[in-house]
This record gives sequence, structure tokens and C-alpha cells, in this order.
Amino acid sequence: MSQNLAAESQHVDVHPQRSRLRCMWGLVRKETYQMLRDPSSVGIGIALPLLLLFLFTYAISLDVRNIKLGVVCEDNSPIVNRLLASFQNNKYFMVHVARDRREVQDDLVGGRLNGVLVIPADFASRIERRSLSPLQLLVRGSDVSTAALVQNYVRGVLRHWLIQEGLNAGQRNSGEIVRIESRVWFNQEIESRAALLPGSIAVIMTLIGTLLTALVVAREWERGTMEALLATPITRMDIVLSKFVPYFILGMLAMGLVAAVSTLGLGVPLRGSLWVLIMVSATFLCSALGLGLLISSVTRNQFVASQVALIVGYLPALILSGLVFEIDSMPRLIQYLTCVMPPRYFVSALRTLFLAGNVWQVILPNTVVLLGFAAFFLTVTIQKTKMNLE
Amino acid sequence: MLNRIVRLIIKEFLAVWRDPHNRFVLLVPPLVQLLIFSFAATHEVKNVQLGIYSEDHGSAARELISRFASARRTFSHVQYFQDLDDVHRAIDTQDVIAVVHIGPTFSRDLLSGTPVALQILLDGRKAYAAQVISGYMSQITDRFVGEYVAVSIDPSKPPRDAASIKLVSRAWFNSNLDSVWSTIPGLVGILTNLIALIVTSLSIAREKELGTFEQLLVSPLRPLEILIGKTTPAMVLGLGEGMAMVAIATLVFALPCAGSPLLLFGALFVSLFSTIGIGLLISSLAKTQQQAFFGAFAFLVPAILLSGFVTPVENMPAWLRWVTYLDPIYYIILIAKGILLEGMRMPTVLQLAWPMVPIGVVTLTTAGWTFRQRLE
Repeated sequence: MSQNLAAESQHVDVHPQRSRLRCMWGLVRKETYQMLRDPSSVGIGIALPLLLLFLFTYAISLDVRNIKLGVVCEDNSPIVNRLLASFQNNKYFMVHVARDRREVQDDLVGGRLNGVLVIPADFASRIERRSLSPLQLLVRGSDVSTAALVQNYVRGVLRHWLIQEGLNAGQRNSGEIVRIESRVWFNQEIESRAALLPGSIAVIMTLIGTLLTALVVAREWERGTMEALLATPITRMDIVLSKFVPYFILGMLAMGLVAAVSTLGLGVPLRGSLWVLIMVSATFLCSALGLGLLISSVTRNQFVASQVALIVGYLPALILSGLVFEIDSMPRLIQYLTCVMPPRYFVSALRTLFLAGNVWQVILPNTVVLLGFAAFFLTVTIQKTKMNLE
Repeated sequence: MLNRIVRLIIKEFLAVWRDPHNRFVLLVPPLVQLLIFSFAATHEVKNVQLGIYSEDHGSAARELISRFASARRTFSHVQYFQDLDDVHRAIDTQDVIAVVHIGPTFSRDLLSGTPVALQILLDGRKAYAAQVISGYMSQITDRFVGEYVAVSIDPSKPPRDAASIKLVSRAWFNSNLDSVWSTIPGLVGILTNLIALIVTSLSIAREKELGTFEQLLVSPLRPLEILIGKTTPAMVLGLGEGMAMVAIATLVFALPCAGSPLLLFGALFVSLFSTIGIGLLISSLAKTQQQAFFGAFAFLVPAILLSGFVTPVENMPAWLRWVTYLDPIYYIILIAKGILLEGMRMPTVLQLAWPMVPIGVVTLTTAGWTFRQRLE
């Protein structure tokens, strides 16, 4: 291959334009062979996206179930048993019954229980006397989101139980006075899993993009072949582009695969148009691959490049992209920080594109920002690709 | 023999430490990420934009609107709409995340005792936030009915034969339900193991590429000694940074550290042992650094998703929960929460820590075995 390249570069002066293209083509071919010959990069392009899609589908779920609730019944009267039964019959709870709070309250440590409801000994008699009957609920505060849910769900069961028992004496439940009709737009008929998937696709593609290119240029520097390439008349831009093109194609294939499986197999609608999806994905991929190439050219060392990629490639995309943690709810300073995270814009664009449609007010600004990132990363990469003659 | 191992350990340390880029990457970003992510990874929903579209100017409608608008912590901005097209546009373009729609006869019907409907439109693209906000809105409405409507419809006291329950709720270990407190222990567990994985997963693959691994194998060093040499720097770095994060957690964020710090040190040691095993196994199976890098990612991504850090393990389907039992990060998060917040004691820590030991032993043994395979 290298002989071939050397032969091609000899023709440079004769037909500058044609030979430039031929050089590029040679480099692209070399990079493609290298990519295809390593089974792991094909795995990254096909197997890993599917595995990640599968994981994100099942591992990230906001639908609460199996709340582990300890119920301490200090007495055994029928009224208490009926209250207990209404917890046991509720599909959200897994109930552990105890007679004494000391039996269960230590289970809050380590999360064997998410909450403990104490029904005191005088509860039944107080209910019969119609006096205010206190119940105590202990929740495991070390898991804040579950703790808040436990409080709400327990309150809901209690309210329902009072009505069921006819203890509210004809008082109407507030739900009967004002009935709330919730309409969740873009997402009424589908489950929350499908609503989360477009965002997940964005994060998956961030990972794939960074993974594909983070080591590519560093490898050449490490082996000294980059110096050799730079010594030829090929421009720096051509070198970077030749690294870019094969992985771009592989990345787009991965994106197509993930999008096809989500829409055809997992019930995610695609309400926007396909060509907009292709355009937005291509733009994003340019920025993700660009970031990988940038890491690679700055470090010039596979060991360090991979460390940087492992640190900046995954957790920030997962936490700061708005996929599960709402950006509006973060402190102002961190909201500004999310502005320099390309996945953030892709998450927003894909959600709108899949669930809402071609809403240009959302898609266009996001795409423009992504384009800016791509241009920035690639320009800096080209700048950094120069010989160090010390 | 001891001398040999010490020299190897020093060499491995230098391999990680000599490059200033490398030093920086291992020391600074994990600590910075602890600070940033602890504030960012909150499931709380606040500072969102609410829209109100009211076709009614009656007093009940005004009261309800003012109750929504005064929940400033959740709804930092309120936009008022005059017609339905504007509402649609505002949701489409994500100007507002939810809109309350009050119909023209709301106040009249309410005061005459006719059941009324209150329509709430939510942006389903932000599935989780929409769910939380919808719960919050029904709380506001409930309180409105209880405090305003009930009194206006029937000013007399509630009927005498009504029973009422007062739910006294207390949050243990974190009485203010501060989300930073519940996030930090998870981050300590994740970032510590991330460092160990980063240091180990490429170390053997790099030597293979450079050809120095063959030299190591023909030296008098035995596979076990090579393993000790490769494990020590990652362990020291991981423990050092892990304990630095624990110090930040207790000194800066004032986590109580209700259990014994020594126990946490021990638990971090065991979890690092298992991740280092996984890292070295990846590295010894990979032929190139590129493959090792892919392998590290292929482990790291599921390990964090399944650890319960992002969404609770209980929400996952049962068959997937079994996979989490193979995830060292799942255990260390529970232990870190236990010791930093809950005052977890030795027996529980042991119960949660032991599964990490076989993970480490199996992976390290397999890694050592592959060394021997290479020699034949």
C-alpha cells in the first residue's frame, strides 16, 4: 500500500487536481482496509450500537415498580388488615409485613426497603372514634427520587382506602370535583420507553462517534507513519479528511441501523421526515467524529487518547445531555456548561424529529450549533496536524 | 523475588505517571467531574416554563392560576396565552413544558357543584419531567380543592363522621431530601472504578503493541508477579482519588459519613480489585490498544447504566436485574451510600462486598492464564 502511495505522489506535478484526488482516494482506501480488517471496529459499527440500544431500552426506565415497603402493623384488627391488604394488592408495592418497627427499620440501610409505614396500635380505635389518626412513614432519603415517589404513592393508597371504606362520609374526593385531564403530547399512545429512545439514540451515537476516531490519528503518530505522510505533498486537510470519510460512512450505517430497529422494532414513531433525520445525523456525526479526531491529534498517543476519550466520551454525554436529568433544573452555571456539549443539541433535535415532527424552530438552531462544533473540531484537528521538527 | 516485583511496580508507575498529559488526565478530570455531576445529576424538576391558557375570568380560576404561578421553585416563568394556536406553537417549540387549560365555565360550574375538567397539556418529549410535573400539578389542584373550593361551596365544617388520616413522613439519612447528597456516593463509586479501568485496560495491550510484553514474559517474572505489578499502580491511584473524593464529600458537601471511613476504604479496595481484574482481562484479550479501548467502553457503558445510578435497579425487568448482580459498580454504590449516609455496619457491608471478590479472582486468573498461553 505504501509503495502505491509513493508511486502516486510522484505524479503530483503533472496533474495536480487529479493526482490530489487519487492520493485522497488511496488514503481513504487504506483507512477503509485498516478499519475492515480489524474486527473490533466493525463490531463497534454494528454490534455495539445494537447492544447499547437494547441496554438503554431496558435499563433506563422511569416507570416505577416494585417499591419495597415495610408495613408495621402494631395491632391486628380487621380495619388494619384491610388497610394492609390495599397496599398488598397495589401493583407498585412489594410489601413486607412486620409486627414491630425494629424488625424492619434497619432494612432501610442498603435499600432492602425503600420505606417503612408504621400503623400504630391505637390506629383502629382512633379511626372508629373518627379522630385524627396519625400514620408514620419513614423513607430512605439516600435515594431522593424514589423517596419522593414512595411518599406520593403511599398518600394515594391511603386516600383511596378511605373512600373504599366509606370513611370519608360522603365527602367527595377532590378528583371528583376537579377532574384533571392530562394530555401528554407526542407521546400519548406510546409508553415512556419509546419516548426515551430518541434521546438514547443521540447518546449512543456520541459514544460510537468518539470511539471510532479517538485512536485513529494517535495510532499513526505513535507508529511514525504520520510524519511520513506529512513529508509527502498531500495537504493536511486531505490527511484529516481521509481519516474522516470511512468512519463517517460506518457511523451513518450504525445510525441507520439503530434508527431502523427503533422505529420498526421498538415502536418509536418517526414523525419528521427521513431526509431531515439524515441531515441532522450527518451533522452530528461530523461533530462527534471531529471530537474523536481532535482528541487523537492533540494527544498523539493512543494510551492518553483512550484515557481522555473514556473520561470525556461517556459520562458527560449521559449526564449533561438532558437525556435523563433535566437541564432546566440544573444550577445556572452547569446549564451554561451543557451548552458546550454537542450531545445536548442532538438529544433535543432527535426527540423533536422522532416524536413531534419537523419543528424547524427546534431543529434548525440545534443543527446550526452542531455544524459549528463540527467545523471547529475539524479545523483545530487540521491545525494540530503538523510536523514537530524538534 | 520481592525486589523484582518492586522494580516492576516502579516501572508500571512510571509508565502511567511520566507523561504530564497522562498525569493531568488521571488526576484533574475525575475530581472536576465529581463537582459538576453532583449538581447536574438531579431527578428534581424545577425552573421550568409553564403556560396558562384561561378562558375564564371568574374568581376560582384566578385563584387556581395564582396558585400555579406562585410555585416559583418549579415554574420559574409563566406565560399566558389567549388562543389555542399559540398554545400549540409554544409546546412545539419548547417554549413551555406544560400548559394548564381552564375552560370558560370553570368557576361557575365549580361553585354550583358541577364536576369540572381541568386540562393539562404536557410535552411528551421530556417524558420524565412531564411525569413529575403532572404529579406536582395534581397536588396543587388537590390543595386548591381542599382549601378553596371546599370552603366556598360549603363553608360549614366537614361532616362529623368523616375520618381523617395524617401521614407524618420523615426521610431518614437525608432529612431534607437533598439530591446532591444522594448523588455523590454514586459518583464516588463510579469515578473511582473508572480511574482503575482507564489505567489497566490499555496497559498490557500497549506493551503488546510496543513489543515489550514479550520481554516481560521471557524475564524471570511469573504471571502472578506481572499481575501484581500491573495491579498496584491502578489500586494506589484509585484508592488515593477515591479517598480524596470521600474527603470532598464530607468536607465540602457535608455528607455525614455515618459509617466507618475505614470500612469504606476496604470496600473501595475490593471494588477496585474487581474492576482492575476486568480491566486487565480486557487488556490481555485485546491484540491492539484500539481493541482494548473498545473493550473498556463495552464494559463501562453497561456497568454504569445497570448500576442504578441513572434510574433505580428496581425499575428494570427481572431478567436484567440478574445482570446487575455481576456489576461491581452496583455494589460499591450501595456501600458508598450506606457508609456515607446511612451508617451501614460491617455485616451489611460484607454481604454487599463479597460478590466483587469472585469477579476479581476469576478475571485476574483468566488474565494470568492468557499470559501463559502466549508463551506456548
